[in-house]
Amino acid sequence: MQRHLISAADLTRDDAVLILDTAEEMARVADRPIKKLPTLRGRTIVNLFFEDSTRTRISFEAAEKRLSADVINFTAKGSSVSKGESLKDTAQTLEAMGVDAVVIRHGASGAPYRLANSGWIDAAVINAGDGTHQHPTQALLDAFTMRRRLVGRDAGLGQDLSGKRITIVGDVLHSRVARSNVDLLHTLGAEVTLVAPPTLVPVGVETWPCEVAYDLDGTLAKSDAVMMLRVQRERMNAAFFPTEREYSRRYGLDGDRMARMPEHAIVMHPGPMVRGMEITAEVADSDRCTVVEQVANGVSIRMAVLYLLLGGNEPAVSHTRIEEK
Amino acid sequence: MSKILIRGAKVLGGEPQDVLIDGSTIAEVGVGLSDEGAEVVEAAGKVLLPGLVDLHTHLREPGREDSETVLTGTRAAASGGYTAVFAMANTFPVADTAGVVEQVYRLGQEHGYCDVQPIGAVTVGLEGKKLAELGAMHESAAGVTVFSDDGKCVDDAVIMRRALEYVKAFGGVVAQHAQEPRLTEGAQMNEGIVSAELGLGGWPAVAEESIIARDVLLAEHVGSRVHICHLSTAGSVEIVRWAKSRGIDVTAEVTPHHLLLTDELVRTYNPVYKVNPPLRTEQDVLALREALADGTIDIVATDHAPHPHEDKDCEWAAAAMGMVGLETALSVVQETMVETGLLDWAGVAERMSVTPARIGRAAGHGRPVSAGEPANLTLVDTEYRGSVDPEGFASRSRNTPYEGRELPGRVTHTWLRGKATLVDGKLT
Ligand SMILES: [Zn+2]
Repeated sequence: MQRHLISAADLTRDDAVLILDTAEEMARVADRPIKKLPTLRGRTIVNLFFEDSTRTRISFEAAEKRLSADVINFTAKGSSVSKGESLKDTAQTLEAMGVDAVVIRHGASGAPYRLANSGWIDAAVINAGDGTHQHPTQALLDAFTMRRRLVGRDAGLGQDLSGKRITIVGDVLHSRVARSNVDLLHTLGAEVTLVAPPTLVPVGVETWPCEVAYDLDGTLAKSDAVMMLRVQRERMNAAFFPTEREYSRRYGLDGDRMARMPEHAIVMHPGPMVRGMEITAEVADSDRCTVVEQVANGVSIRMAVLYLLLGGNEPAVSHTRIEEK
Repeated sequence: MSKILIRGAKVLGGEPQDVLIDGSTIAEVGVGLSDEGAEVVEAAGKVLLPGLVDLHTHLREPGREDSETVLTGTRAAASGGYTAVFAMANTFPVADTAGVVEQVYRLGQEHGYCDVQPIGAVTVGLEGKKLAELGAMHESAAGVTVFSDDGKCVDDAVIMRRALEYVKAFGGVVAQHAQEPRLTEGAQMNEGIVSAELGLGGWPAVAEESIIARDVLLAEHVGSRVHICHLSTAGSVEIVRWAKSRGIDVTAEVTPHHLLLTDELVRTYNPVYKVNPPLRTEQDVLALREALADGTIDIVATDHAPHPHEDKDCEWAAAAMGMVGLETALSVVQETMVETGLLDWAGVAERMSVTPARIGRAAGHGRPVSAGEPANLTLVDTEYRGSVDPEGFASRSRNTPYEGRELPGRVTHTWLRGKATLVDGKLT
């Protein structure tokens, strides 16, 4: 593993499988009465959030605390972009405090990369979402969820997602989740199809390791998982599509469409869902929809990532280590 | 004034000759000239060019003297072999009145490193709404002939038409920063494969090309001349080529960095590569080189854009756009155009001195290296190899994309009207 986790594209197949396997072990901790490991005792981790995301921050915080790390939450109000230097200033303050890892969420694509590669800081950097670029732990938790559902919880250990067909639907252009998932799912052997109106597909997508389609109905029958992306309402005003209704008719997931998916196929969403537009309540509340599991799996994945980046030289969590508590 | 004998220089890259400077003028060019009473500069193996002329420089004074001043900028220009630079109007205050352009012009004359020819804003405050007093700037002591809202596009078609028409009265030219504003909202880099991966806002080639297409048609319609700043895409080249074939009076420039660097470098997220227009693809770079070689693109202009360290030592999105370029321009042109066989040194002189001087009406610059001409000259050691060290820059800013990169060639001497501004690589 590299020292930082900036992009899902940086992970090899073996790295990714190791993280998923480690997360399975971490998940067992959640099933025990005392949900805590001593693994990162004495380590300090900062959650550096330049952009609001309560869900992601809480997920990282839970993971850090379950590993017994000391946690500092730093929420930078206002945009660092307007202040220019504040990312560097903040980084150097954290460095002076002897921080071991920085979990960074930033509105600007590339900010975590800059933080990790500019010599401002020695700590490990974990990207918790940067602009429209990457959100690697989201992709990992999605892959983890797919592996559990499509391969099996125990049967999945050591396995990747070879041959699985994943359809990602919605605002690909502005989605770090889509970028991260395309990279990781390809690395794990899955076949990915992106489905969106052409206005929401980036120019340059042709080099991505995936297919692109404009028609949702044509892809449903051959999907093992359909991942719906968030569509922000303000995109409408920027003429990415004509109306909310039209978007919903062409790219929303309702009961009829879900019925056309294979029986084993699952519906995923990174949350928060815009019910009615992207997904109907009927689909969102069905047991084929994994949104709640994804949230729980997020903690396990983040524990695994933090452990592997900061836990020293051991390859993974040993059973004895987990059992000794 | 004293005499200087430049001995054995390859004039415009040709056979070795001696050039005798007497006072501010070239007195004689020939073989075996007498060195009597003259200071001798041994120039064997070096190339002698007419002093370079940059049609596109940002000197930042007035207003951003922390980035650059007329003094530091013209010292950088002299280091790079320039004897005249055209200073862009996007200062604070904007160079949109006779008062501001005269101040900038006068500072250049006082410092004496390089002639500074101010460019006047096309519109008041660069706001694109109301024509600035173009005539007054032309009639001022600065004698402005080039007008540009550079940094911003004159995007209103009617304002652009009026400006093109108006400057005909005094032989002026409008230099357009071609950037359709709506198509480049939130733009951070070239729109394409790399931007798609990096998730950075795209600056599509069509945003440049659509404005160039419009402006050459406007220039044709009203019978004016238009100059296109920092052309950066293969498609722009095609449009300019077409316009020229139609007889439209258009000229175009390319920057050294667009001849060498591509958007692949943005993968580093290092804002030193953040520039407007953005670095494009390999295919664009090759098309620009070809177009400069065949004359579709008329000149090289630096778009020297100094910024203080803190404006670049930050995350990409927060960083300022621009690169310094005066001190490395000739080396980049040597690498991309001369050493590739696309251009000889006479061709370099044409594109970096003669033609920019002609477009900007810079009298006394870009003249032949022959007796009776003003002694504006640049001597280049083309055999030199070394890596770029920004610490040695005369510019106040260090935002070069070439730090640590090996580039060929080095300007050793520059003379402005017979007065040495650079001797053995050192400013006087
Ligand atoms: Zn410009």
